[in-house]
Amino acid sequence: MSSEHKPSLKPYILVFAALMVLTAATVVVAKFDLGAANDIVAMVIAVTKATLVVLFFMHVKYSTRLTQLTVIGSVLWLVFLIGVTMMDYTTRRMSDEVRGAPYEAPGLGLGGQMGDAAVAVAPGPATAAARHE
Amino acid sequence: MSNPALGAAGGAAGTAAAGHAVAHHPDLQHHFDTLEQQKDSSSLGMWMFLVTEVLFFGGLFATYVLYRLRFPGVFAEASHHLNVPMGAINTGVLICSSLTMALAIYAAQVNRKKAIVGWLLATIVLGATFLVVKAFEYKEKFTHHLVPGPNFDPSQFTPDHARPAEMFFSLYFVMTGIHALHMVIGIGLLAWLVVQSNKGRFDSTYYNPLEMTGLYWHFVDIVWIFLFPLLYLLGYHAR
Repeated sequence: MSSEHKPSLKPYILVFAALMVLTAATVVVAKFDLGAANDIVAMVIAVTKATLVVLFFMHVKYSTRLTQLTVIGSVLWLVFLIGVTMMDYTTRRMSDEVRGAPYEAPGLGLGGQMGDAAVAVAPGPATAAARHE
Repeated sequence: MSNPALGAAGGAAGTAAAGHAVAHHPDLQHHFDTLEQQKDSSSLGMWMFLVTEVLFFGGLFATYVLYRLRFPGVFAEASHHLNVPMGAINTGVLICSSLTMALAIYAAQVNRKKAIVGWLLATIVLGATFLVVKAFEYKEKFTHHLVPGPNFDPSQFTPDHARPAEMFFSLYFVMTGIHALHMVIGIGLLAWLVVQSNKGRFDSTYYNPLEMTGLYWHFVDIVWIFLFPLLYLLGYHAR
């Protein structure tokens, strides 16, 4: 069953060393301007580190299938949470264009307050009514 | 299941307190057949809790992504006010504490009871070190008027960037603050484990509380693994 494997120090030391090296790597890489790739590299390193911690320090590699499924489920729900939220916020301009209505504030509730000139002030009832004509 | 001794114990427990008449490990609860089954159940339960934690922090990360997509330049500029060396050192400190936590469990697995206490104490010291460094960072933010609210000094930012920069620091304080709160709770759990280990309660047959606290501690480490690049290293090349 689950904890059949013999406890061994070696994986812990190796994982620890890898985590330290990856931490140094993420700082060094951030020093270079890679454009959008900066974020991708940072996240690839962070996900790699998290995976190592989950598999070895948290013993998920040796856990029951049910526990492993639960761990995968947590990642899946996190992807849904962030992914579906982003799908909504990043396509509001597109859906406005489909509707034929002018682009409006993406609904962060900030209006013009946050100093973002690209954002139009949310239309009052009069403008909204005019659009429907 | 097929253990007649346990069946008998269950029956006896129904009538009187004679349930303990059958010899078994003192930490094996009656509704489990074996210690291993008990440990697997605990792990599953702990992970279920951690899933809720993932989604809890996930909501904060989603908020972060949303505002950052909206104000990418401002977030990079605001990030320049964070102390990268301190953040990097703290990342290392937390990884060390994860190692010592894993070693405490290893010590239990190989029946080195004194080593359990030692590694747990090392984990507490490292956790406390993290919080002390964090406290210095917070103090720096207060003296530099970077804490959102009436004392926030907008003149340090490009015109029009101050309000969203304040939002960056709100996210910074909420995310690192809740992370730090988790650390404090973790240190409390570790202190309790030190007392229990010192009594010699854990060995290779039973170390569930160590394992479960370990899961929690490593989870908190993982949260920081994501917080560090997202908050501190944003636009680091442009400094």
